[in-house]
Amino acid sequence: MATVVHRDLSTRPAGEGSTYAVRVRGLTKRFGDRAVIGELDLDIAPGEFVVLLGASGCGKSTLLRVLADLDRDITGTVEVATRRAVAFQSPRLMPWKKVWRNVVLGLPGRPDRTRAETALAEVNMTHRSDVWPKVLSGGEAQRASLARALVREPDLLLLDEPFSALDALTRLTAQALVADLWTLHRCAVLLVTHDVEEAIKLADRVLVMRDGVIAHQARVDLARPREVADPRFVTLRAELLAHLGVQEH
Amino acid sequence: MSAAELSTPLAVTTTGPAPAPVRRAEPPDRRSIPLTVITGRERRGRGQRSARIPRWVVKAISPLLLILLWYVASALGWLSSNTLAPPQKVVAKAGELLRTGELQDAILASAQRVGLGLFFGVTAALVAALIAGLFKLGEDIIDAPIQMLRTVPVVGLIPLLIIWFGIGDQPKLILIALGVFFPLYLNLFAGIRGTDPALIEAGRTLGLRKPGLIRHVILPAAVPSGLVGLRYSIGVSWLILVFAETINATSGIGFLINNAREFFETDTIVLCLVLYAVLGLLADLFVRLLERTLLAWRPSFTGT
Repeated sequence: MATVVHRDLSTRPAGEGSTYAVRVRGLTKRFGDRAVIGELDLDIAPGEFVVLLGASGCGKSTLLRVLADLDRDITGTVEVATRRAVAFQSPRLMPWKKVWRNVVLGLPGRPDRTRAETALAEVNMTHRSDVWPKVLSGGEAQRASLARALVREPDLLLLDEPFSALDALTRLTAQALVADLWTLHRCAVLLVTHDVEEAIKLADRVLVMRDGVIAHQARVDLARPREVADPRFVTLRAELLAHLGVQEH
Repeated sequence: MSAAELSTPLAVTTTGPAPAPVRRAEPPDRRSIPLTVITGRERRGRGQRSARIPRWVVKAISPLLLILLWYVASALGWLSSNTLAPPQKVVAKAGELLRTGELQDAILASAQRVGLGLFFGVTAALVAALIAGLFKLGEDIIDAPIQMLRTVPVVGLIPLLIIWFGIGDQPKLILIALGVFFPLYLNLFAGIRGTDPALIEAGRTLGLRKPGLIRHVILPAAVPSGLVGLRYSIGVSWLILVFAETINATSGIGFLINNAREFFETDTIVLCLVLYAVLGLLADLFVRLLERTLLAWRPSFTGT
């Protein structure tokens, strides 16, 4: 089922369920007279893992926020799956609720602890289900945030640089975890990141974003799990860095 | 590596080709490096010694010394009993008033006033803060007049209240309620408005609409500030009670004090002051207990 989000701010169901998770046409977002996103088109198929890769300030997080329905100050048409969930760069857990209550927050009916703990089991956090968020490490909190997103079985998962705040080592395990979770849930994913290796490791398709437009698109046809040392990985990395305008030497 | 190679920086840019390497002056001479010697420092013996005397004992020494000084000064005649009764007389008076039941009646009357005043003041502050905090229109209507009124000294209203409501309990209750209202309203309002917008956003992405956001995000976020306001309100309520009862009272601790003043009974007066202090302390402890249960989730919470 898709939600149609128009410029006139009306929300109505697009009829029966659609064959895409995201469809964007001509999206423009301005801050003052500066176009942060300019006439952008985007499609995400059901179950597709798309990574939005770009440097800071290129508009990728703004785009994600529009898709998350956090920003309606736009022009263009945006259709996103109604059953969607977001995980942000910071875990954003409610500090006054135990972890398991955070996981089922927003679900209809009474808080279902069993359901929460099933979701926490997927991220190896059942032993932390009854603690306050304040005692969690950064990695644990981010895992809880992922459990919270996935417990509602979304058709679309929006991840806004979810690993940026983690240390480099925790980041590696977290990336592997997201890959496993996606294999389990098979929802469409849009991951926003500035990490090229991360993009190649996880994506079906990488979209390079520069100055508010999608400057380049690359399919990643490597078999999972992907090896950083694989020569095709290395080639793709060089290609993406070039399109990002980054020179390492 | 030569100095020239060392001075070529590793360039990672995002704006076109790398700039020309920057030539610096020759690096400083590193052949003779001055050293600082760091040796371990021995732990002072004081750390060991104070472990034998518990901290609360040390803290109790000053007040006990003061009471001792008070006793000695009275016994030696430096302090006449008309100026300040000796401690043993205060204790004896307490026993006497307990037996006649006057002490219990007085405490009950005063506590009832504070309780009622608190109830009305807290309820009014809760309602006002919710309306002003959650709704822009509410803020425009409610907050502006309150901000103007809060600088009016509440106790200065006594003459006006007596004219309007007579000399019974009503002006006292209204005064207490007013005194309670302002600190709690201000803190609660600030707490509601100060909710982390990132958490509100997260709540929205989880499907929470306004009622859910209020219940799960905004109100819990406002509780810490609310308790700060409550603590202050309770303290103020007690002060106003003392003042109001001193002005005129037919019952309560203030009534006891006024009577005692007529007959220079300093023992009763001291006793009443001690009572005020103890009851005020109990109220504060109550709020601390509330905090301990309601704020267990806070990272900065270290227990009371």
